[in-house]
Order: sequence, then C-alpha cells, then structure tokens
Amino acid sequence: METITMNLVSQPELFLECYSVSPDQFAGKSLAEIATLPAHEGKIQWKLGDFFKFEGKAGETAADTKVVVNGNVRRMKRFGQKMSAGEIVINSDTDMYIGGWMTGGKITVKGNADSFLGIGMEDGEILVEGDAQNHVGCAYRGDWRGMKGGLIRVKGKAGNDIGTFMTGGTIIIEGDAFIHVLTHAEGGTVIIKGDAHGRVGGQMVKGDAYIFGNLLYPLPGFKKVATVEKEVDGATYTFDQYIGDLGERKEKKKGEIIYGNIYLKK
Amino acid sequence: MAELLIKNGYVFDPISGMKGDKADIAIKDGKIADKVSSKAQVIDASGKTIMAGGVDIHTHVAGPKVNLGREMRPEDKFFRGEYRGGIVKQGRRMEMGFSIPSTWKTGYAYARMGYTFTNEAAMPPLMAPHVHEEFRDTPILDQAAMPVFGNNWFCFEYIKNKELENNAAYIAWLLKATKGFGIKVVNPGGTEAWAWGENCTSIHDPVPYFDITPAEIVKGLIEANEYLGLPHSVHIHGNNLGNPGNYKDTIDTLKLSEGIKTKNKFGREQVLHNTHLQFHSYKGTSWADFESGAKEVMDYVNNNKQITVDIGQVTLDETTTMTADGPFEYHLNQLNHIKWANVDIELETGSGIVPYIYDKNIKVCGIQWAIGLEIALYAKDLMRVHITTDHPNAGPFTRYPRVIKWLMSQKAREETLDTMKWKSKVIAASNIASMDRELGLYDIAMMTRAGPAKALGLADIYGLAKGADANVAIYDLDANNLPSDPELIEAAFLSTAYTIKEGVVVVKDGTIVAEPPKYTLWTKVNMPENAQVMHDIKEKFARNYTVNLENYAVFDEHVHNARAIELDVA
Repeated sequence: METITMNLVSQPELFLECYSVSPDQFAGKSLAEIATLPAHEGKIQWKLGDFFKFEGKAGETAADTKVVVNGNVRRMKRFGQKMSAGEIVINSDTDMYIGGWMTGGKITVKGNADSFLGIGMEDGEILVEGDAQNHVGCAYRGDWRGMKGGLIRVKGKAGNDIGTFMTGGTIIIEGDAFIHVLTHAEGGTVIIKGDAHGRVGGQMVKGDAYIFGNLLYPLPGFKKVATVEKEVDGATYTFDQYIGDLGERKEKKKGEIIYGNIYLKK
Repeated sequence: MAELLIKNGYVFDPISGMKGDKADIAIKDGKIADKVSSKAQVIDASGKTIMAGGVDIHTHVAGPKVNLGREMRPEDKFFRGEYRGGIVKQGRRMEMGFSIPSTWKTGYAYARMGYTFTNEAAMPPLMAPHVHEEFRDTPILDQAAMPVFGNNWFCFEYIKNKELENNAAYIAWLLKATKGFGIKVVNPGGTEAWAWGENCTSIHDPVPYFDITPAEIVKGLIEANEYLGLPHSVHIHGNNLGNPGNYKDTIDTLKLSEGIKTKNKFGREQVLHNTHLQFHSYKGTSWADFESGAKEVMDYVNNNKQITVDIGQVTLDETTTMTADGPFEYHLNQLNHIKWANVDIELETGSGIVPYIYDKNIKVCGIQWAIGLEIALYAKDLMRVHITTDHPNAGPFTRYPRVIKWLMSQKAREETLDTMKWKSKVIAASNIASMDRELGLYDIAMMTRAGPAKALGLADIYGLAKGADANVAIYDLDANNLPSDPELIEAAFLSTAYTIKEGVVVVKDGTIVAEPPKYTLWTKVNMPENAQVMHDIKEKFARNYTVNLENYAVFDEHVHNARAIELDVA
C-alpha cells in the first residue's frame, strides 16, 4: 500500500469541505494533480493545494492508497466522503460528516469527530479515538435510509440521534450517549458501553440496542420479556431483554413477529 | 422586433400537416410568419429536426401540494444539482431537486427539452394564490392550471338537483376567481368520501351524505363543460386508481362520455380526457396475479373519438407521488411505510403525498412500466394519446426523452426488460415483449405537442401554423438518418440544439441563454351573472368556508402576465 501524507500549511477562514480527500479521488493521480482537486469554503471554491502540502505517493487503486492527514483540521469536514476502499488516518480533531456515505475502507480519527459521523454509511470501518457529537450513523435529513452496514467505533462519548433510520451495521459508543438512539430503525446494532440518557428505540421497527450502563429514561413502548446471555463486542454478558417499539408496525418472519430489542446489562 | 429564419430543418408539425418536410420557419414579432426580410437572423438547422414547442397536458409543477412535497423531501435534492458558484454567476437561479424540482429547475429543464407550455394538473381552488405565485417564479414556460371540481360541494348539489345552467355558471365563476383553465376531476366523490374515512371505488358508489354517485358527477361535469364550450374537455383521474382489476371501472368511466357532443370554437374534438391511463389499466384481483389491461382499455379508446388520454408512463425511478386522491395515498403508504402527508381542502378537495420507488426489480413496477408503453403502442390515433409521466407520480418529467426512446426503439425496450429481476413474469403479465411497433418522429410530434395542444383547445397558439406563437424546438436529430443507438435519441430530446420561445432563443446547445416573459393562461367565460349561483356562493361562504368571499378570489395583479382565453355564453 502506498501512503500519501497531507500536511496542513494554511487554515481556512471559515470551514473547509474536504470531500475530495479520499483514496478513490487520489488513486492514480500525481501529487500535482491531487493538489488541484476542489474544496469548498462556503460558496468559494479552492484547491486542496491551497491548504495542504502533499508528500509520498498515491497507489494505483483506492484499495492501494493510504492517506495521512497532519495538522489541526478541526475546521475541516467531509473527509472520506463516499470512499470505497483504502485508508485515511487523521491525526487531529475534525469537523462534521467524516466518512459520510462510505462504502468501504477504513478511517481513523485520532482526536474528536463532530456530528454526522458515518452518515448514510454502507460498509467499511470508522474508528474515532476521542468523542463524536450528534447524528452518528444516521440518515440524511428527510431520508429513511440511514446507516446500512459497516462498523463505527467511538472510544469516547457521543451526543444525540445515534443510528436514526439505521437498517444495518454496528455502532459502538464506548462512553456515554445522550438521547434518541435507533429512532425509526429497521435493523442494525448500537452498543453503548456507558450510560444512555433516554429515548432509546423510539418508533423502532427492528434493530438491537445494548446499554451497559444506566438507561435513565426508558420509553413506555418497550416490554421486558426475558433475561438472556449475549456475546457483545468479544465478551459475554447477562442482559434484561426488552421488546418494542410496541407502538410501531412490525413485520412477520415465518409466522413470528420480529421486534426491536433493547438489552440492558444486569 | 427581431426577425428569425430557421432554414433547412426537417419540420414535423401535425397541426399544419408537415411530416418531416424540409422547410424554412419564418418568425416575426414573436409569431410564426409567411416570410421575413433579408435582415432576419438565420439559424441553420440542416440535418436537424424541428417541432413546435412541447405541450405538457398533465404535470404537477406548481402549488401547495408540490411545495409540501419539496418540504417533506429534502433528500430529493441530495447530491443533485449545482448549488454554488457557477450558475449564480451566470445570472440564473440554482437548479435543485429531482422528482420535485425547484420552480427554476422546472422552467429550465422543460425548456432544455424543447417544451414551452405546461398544464398544472390539479389546483385546489382555495390554494390558487400559491399556484400563481409559483408560476411567477417558473421561468420561460407558459402555464395554465386546472382547478379540481370532482369533489366540490357546489357541483355535487347542482348536479344532484339537475341544475345544469347553475353548475355551469358556478364553474365559470370559479375559473375566474382562481384564474383557472379547465375542469379537473380527481377520484370523483372519493376524495370527499375520504374526509369521512371512506372511498368511492366504482362509479356507482354513492358519496356519503350527498346522495350522488361518481357517474352522476362525471356526466354532470361533462355536460357543464360542453354547455360552456370550454377550450379543454373535462380532465379525469377516475375512481379506483392504482388497484388491480380497475380497468373495468376505467371503461365504465370512459363510457360516460358516449352520446355527448362537443361544440366549442377551439378545434377540440373530445369531451373527456382520461389522464395517466396507465394507473387505470390494471387487470387481476391482487398484486399476485396483477397484469396489464392496456389492450382492453385501448380497444375502447381507439373506437371512441370523443376521448383523449395521456399515458402516465412509469419511468422506474425514485419519485414522489402526489394527488388530490387522498385515499389512494393513504393506501400507498400502507404498502411502503415511507412518509405520508394528507390535507383536506374544505368544501373543495384534498390531497396526499408519499415518496415511492419504482424499482425495476419489483415485478409490479415492471408490469406498470409495460402497461404505459402498451397504451401508446396500441394507439391507432396518436393525436389522442399523449406522453406524460403524470409528473412526478409515475416519474419526473425529465424522463420524457427516455419514454420517447422506449417508444421509438424496440431495442431500448428489450434492454430495459433485460435489467429486470422478474423479466419473465413481467413478460407473462403484459404484451410488451411481443410488440415490435416503433414510433417515428411524426408520431412523437403528435404525442408531445400537436395532440395535447388540440385537446387543450390551444392548437392555434402552440403549433407552427402562421400566426401561432413562435415557440420552436430544434433537436439535433437527422430525420433521414436516425441514430441506431437509442441512447442518442434520448440525449437529443433531453437537450435541444435550440429552443425558441415567442421568437427569442432561450436554449442554445442545451444551455439556457435567455428568460423572456411568459404567460399564465386562463379561461374567461363571458356570461350574464347568475343571481341564484351568486346567492348560493355567498351563503356557503358565510356558513362553511374559513375565509370570506371577499378574500377568496385571486386578485388580478397576483396573476403573472395573464392571457385570457375568452368565450361567450349567451
């Protein structure tokens, strides 16, 4: 795998949209060509080379390309948008929409990510070593198709609206989460290893939420049905199983109604 | 004013009878002329196809329903359109959205396809101001809108009491109050029934609390339309839309036109236009044994000259359904569980909105696609069968070029069939695979401009005969040497070499270059005031409406560049 390193040399005045930073866009291009790829600051269009100095070499294909981002890119968003393969490592905090609509490959953020992390993600992996804010793995506003597959792991805490309209894949928040988890979900798994403030599984058709800490305000549309042992993220625990949202439509498979589940660790 | 001469193109204009003849088109003062002076600007159209500006007889492009669709579907704009920089710098507005485009994209995209007129298919009378506001913001296109009458309490009562003259006078009054063009009927009686949680699924289902049937409503409105002699006929979306087995209800509805003669001064011959016929031509008893009823319905249409139809072709896209047929949208949402909006408009109508994905890998969608094309390919008189997608219900209007491609090329149809997961089941439930008819450019000219213009009573304005508005589309298609690759046909109809609106070049090589003034067409009936009807109107406004009569009518200044089509009733 070839590695291309981009070092920040100039900060944008506002926030910069780095939708061109992905192995798919860089693969097969020279450093000079990569430096001319577009980026937007509001309505102004810049080139990536206006903000970054590039070193190394891009691979022939996306899968063969690793992108390393150095410097404080807290005011830059949309890294890895729609990427299909390869790798991005960001040695900084970042702004919103990291890994949006990605279909493969891996993104590592060494600091904090802002909101809309992995929005509409279909496959691949995102690892955030710090915190994420709101709308992790959610759907674009208005859309009924949220995260479809892949893995998002946030080592710190996350905000509200995690996995909204999720249909598949896994989100792991190792710290605490705020409100609205798996709202409207039709599949997928969200694991919260800390506390969740409340409103987990509202209007959920299908899907699984695992809460290791306290669920402060559970919703009334869920009913306790069993105590079960489950293997979650490599270890086995005992959980109380709740099914729901009982106010939402349910599908049947082989004559059995399929519910959404909330598993609360005992 | 400028003169223009379009030379050496192949001209297809069914209204003036030109069938691909090599001819020059002269334009003077915004009208088609016999000849122009030697100072005229010349456009060389050698090797190109010339038609009149396109006329869309049925499309939902303006008003509260369309705008609610835009509001509830931000994702329709997602990763689509140019939002920043370029277009704004060129002095034009942003183009946004796909199935429910912004008003600006609507105007630009129609113009790029060579269209210069659209007929908004359903205007709730109470919401007419919103429709006219959007017309103002839709560039280039002349537009008209049909108020909906099929669930109107006034019409119900006049028809029940057999008061033809009063019904006609009320219709004339409402056309003036809303600056409307003609009589639209959506699920007659059924939308009113929906306000009570019910529906009318056949033409003999009585409307709750009104003691009247859809058959009586349709017949009464046709009679009123012909009593007045309006430019367009009654424009019907019948009962039981979208349900297997409904082709019988459709033929029942069409039969209501039998025996009624038209007398109008606009050259219109039909007394009933059945819109989006595809949605009304379903056989079978459920979605499991669903199949095409296009042959049965078209056998009837072919034999009855008093009927015109548009096809409502399914384009196999993700789109947004929106109709005044409230119960239909509720049932659609029960099938797909996406999003649903529903509105009741007082004494007049209602509506619903649901996003929908016509997926080529779903059997029913494939059969729906086949039915629309079959309707066109079974047609004997293409002046009476028009191309639409019931935009955005069966697909966005920007797919018209694709529909044309499917109609002109069996190869293109086969290629699309080949991409379907349930190809053999689609073929078994339809006749599309056995149909080898391929339409020509003259056929397309009938289906996309001459036919609709005649059915709307606007053939004098939207054609290429002398004196017509100089609205011209020049397509980069050599009529004597059509491309063997059907994709090139679609590309040519998607983006004209030139579109000319009232003598001004508005599109050149697919790019918008000018936005001249446009018109709002409406029908002005000159007739003596009817004291009984005015009394009834005042009474109903006082008792039932939430607005005052004085606040109801669209004020004249509100209507953008109004162009009245006038007629006198003694």
